[in-house]
Order: sequence, then C-alpha cells, then structure tokens
Amino acid sequence: MSIWEYANPVKFMRLSGALLPWVAIPAAAALAVGLVWGFFLTPDDFRQGSTVKIIFVHVPAALMAVNAWFMMLVTSLIWLIRRHHVSALAARAAAPVGAVMTLIALITGAVWGQPMWGTWWAWDPRLTSFLILFLFYLGYIALWEAVPDPETAADLTSVLCLVGSVFAVLSRYAVNFWNQGLHQGASLSVAPGERMDMTYKLPLYLCMVGFALLFVALVLLRTRTEIRARRIKALLARERMA
Amino acid sequence: MRALLIRDLRLAMRAGGGFGLALSFFLLVAVLVPLGVGPEARVLALIAPGILWIGALLACLLSLDRIFALDFEDGSLDLLVTAPMPLEGVVSIKALAHWLVTGLPLTLLAPVLGVLLHLPGPGYGWLVVSLLVGTPALSVIGTFGAALTVGLRRGGLLMSLLVLPLYVPTLIFGAEVVKRGALGFDTTTPLLLLAGITLGAAALLPFASAAAVRINLR
Repeated sequence: MSIWEYANPVKFMRLSGALLPWVAIPAAAALAVGLVWGFFLTPDDFRQGSTVKIIFVHVPAALMAVNAWFMMLVTSLIWLIRRHHVSALAARAAAPVGAVMTLIALITGAVWGQPMWGTWWAWDPRLTSFLILFLFYLGYIALWEAVPDPETAADLTSVLCLVGSVFAVLSRYAVNFWNQGLHQGASLSVAPGERMDMTYKLPLYLCMVGFALLFVALVLLRTRTEIRARRIKALLARERMA
Repeated sequence: MRALLIRDLRLAMRAGGGFGLALSFFLLVAVLVPLGVGPEARVLALIAPGILWIGALLACLLSLDRIFALDFEDGSLDLLVTAPMPLEGVVSIKALAHWLVTGLPLTLLAPVLGVLLHLPGPGYGWLVVSLLVGTPALSVIGTFGAALTVGLRRGGLLMSLLVLPLYVPTLIFGAEVVKRGALGFDTTTPLLLLAGITLGAAALLPFASAAAVRINLR
C-alpha cells in the first residue's frame, strides 16, 4: 500500500469522491466562522479602523496563490518522473484556482491600499511580484489550452512550470532589488504576523485553514472533472473507431 | 556544430525579414516613444534606459518564432533531432545564431538610439555593456519559448505570453545597470546579477528547450 496507488484514476476517483465532502464542509465551516468572526466580532484597529479586516481575505488568498504554484510544481515533477496522469491533471486543475487566488489577493490589496496608502496600486516589490505571478499563471493556462494532444500538453506545461518556478523566484528577488534601488526608504509593505494581537490572529488562522481546505476541495473537484472529461473523450474516440 | 551555426546565420541573412526587421522595430520604438511622451529632453533622459531595454527586448521577441518554425516546416528539425549531435547542443547553437543576428546588432545600434532619447553621457558605455551581457539571456530564454510553441498554429502570441514574464529579471537588472550608469552610480551589483542570469540561463535552459523540442516532435 503506497500513495502511488492513487495514481490509478479509478482509485483516485473513489478516494477523492469519499474525501470531497470531508474537505468541502470543514472548508465552508472554517470560512464562515472565520470570516464572520473576523469581520464582525473583532474590534477596529486604532489606526486603520475597520479597513484592517480585509486582511482576513487578503492574507489567506495570497498564501494559497503561492502555495498553488508550489503544488503545481510538485505535481509537474511527479508527472515528469513517474508519468501518472492524475498528477498532470491535478496540476492543470490547480492553475485556474491559483490564478483566481492571485487575483483576489491583488484586488483586495488594491481595495485595502486605497484608503490606507491613498493609492490603488504602487510598484511595491510584493505587489509587483504578485502581478508577475499572475502572468505566469496566465501563460501556464494558455499553454494547456493551446496544445491539442493531452500528453504533449502535460509534458510541455510541466517543463514550463519547472522553468517558470525558477524565474518566478528570480523575479521575486529582482523586483526587491529594483524597488529598493529606486525608492529608498519608501517601504509600503504590510507587516503581518508578529505585531498582531491574538484577537486578530485567531480568526486569521481560521481563515487561512478555510482557504487551504477550500483550495484542496476545489482542486479535488476540478481534478475529478478533468478525469471525467478525459474519459468522455476516450469513449467518444472509441465510438468513432467502432 | 560550426556548420549548423553557419547555416543558421546564412539562412537568417538571406531569408530577409528576420535580420533587418528586428533592428527596424527597435528604431521604431525609439522614434515612437518621444512622439508619445513629448520631446522634452529631461523626461526622455529619465526614461531612456528603460525604453532602450524594452525596445531591445521586444525586438528580440519579434524574431523568436523564426528560430524553429522554418526548420519545423521543412522537416529539417526532425533531422536535427535524430542527428548524432546532442539536441541540447543544437538548441544552444540556434540561440547563439539568434543572438548574433538580433542581440549583437541591437547592442551596436543602441547607442545611436540613445542619442535620439537624450541618454545622459556616462550611460552609453553601460548601455552597450549591459546589452552585451544581457541580450544572450534574451536569446536563450526566447529559444525555450520557441521550443515550447514549435508545433502550434499561431503560436506567436502564446509565445509572447510565455516568454515575457521570463524576461522580467533580465529586464530589471539590465535597465538598472544603465540607469545607475547614467547617473554615475556604481553598477557592479546589477551587472554581476545580469551576468549571472545570462550564464545560468545559457548553462541550464538548453536542457529544458531540448526537452520541449523532443516532446513537440514526438
């Protein structure tokens, strides 16, 4: 019994089908409780007022945006090394979810930035690298869509994901360098975590857990859809042959 | 390998459209920007390093699809894949040929366009140096993008979407070198980082490009 048994689509479908409600319901519960707690039951920040509460969407979305890419990297590697189709399809399923998470982080960031910094957008290293990450997602999804043969598409996107990961990390630090080189001292980055009080931290953690579970549930669901779509295509092809 | 390089260079020179086109495009960017931004020398001098780098980058991008497309259409790419020479070598040579017909001329043309954009005096040397160091990375990364999209119909637009995000670090460090050079600051750090990207890309990316070509020709 090893984890590779679930590379078998039938076994994966059975397990993921059983698992899905156990992920989706806690995700919904954690998000509902975390967001209501965060939005309505925490006090206003003494300087930021109630705008601080967007953190309960912003930070978890940003967290999952980066981790989705990391998950795609791992599944791409598994596909390239062991050639399990489920792995490639999971990477494909995760990409749009990750892209949307990136977009959520960017948009909530802009909404938060407007009252706090007086601007919707600043070329801050973090903001810029997230925008670049979004572009990487777009390119990855576009390549999946463009290549007709599924196996070729899986191979090419996996290679792109590996190369893209290296360049995404490079860009992250290059952007850091670029901004500090230009505007010294004009640091706009939000400093989360350490300085936050427990009243904010607990609902934030809950929201993070909720977003992570939501991500897992969506990826499972979308992977199941991809597998079914692949099956339908195979059935249609067989029908045409007969 | 040398035969392949000479063949690629000859094809690029004689086929028309590839060699001069990128240069003309670069020139056009340098002409259009002042028309859009306004002729004020102070403003132009401020943005000249970035514009020149972006122009070089776009001009480079324009000619990328030619790296593999012609060879793919007439079948010589299949021969190159089955040839005794490792495909990684073939891909590197193709990147080198692309650099020789676009990156190098762009580098040589850039100071002239710098005059058009009122680039401050000390910037010219750094412009040439940074392009010389950075454009090989553009060619190598671009070859990877071309390899990914080699079999696709209308792959050009997709390739831009794939390649341009990969150009971000090169662009940042390249433009930073010129910017600092033009203002008379120390350029060692960005120049070394730029050289690092070029060398790293030239050493590692041919493996990814060769893998992509193999996948596409399967």
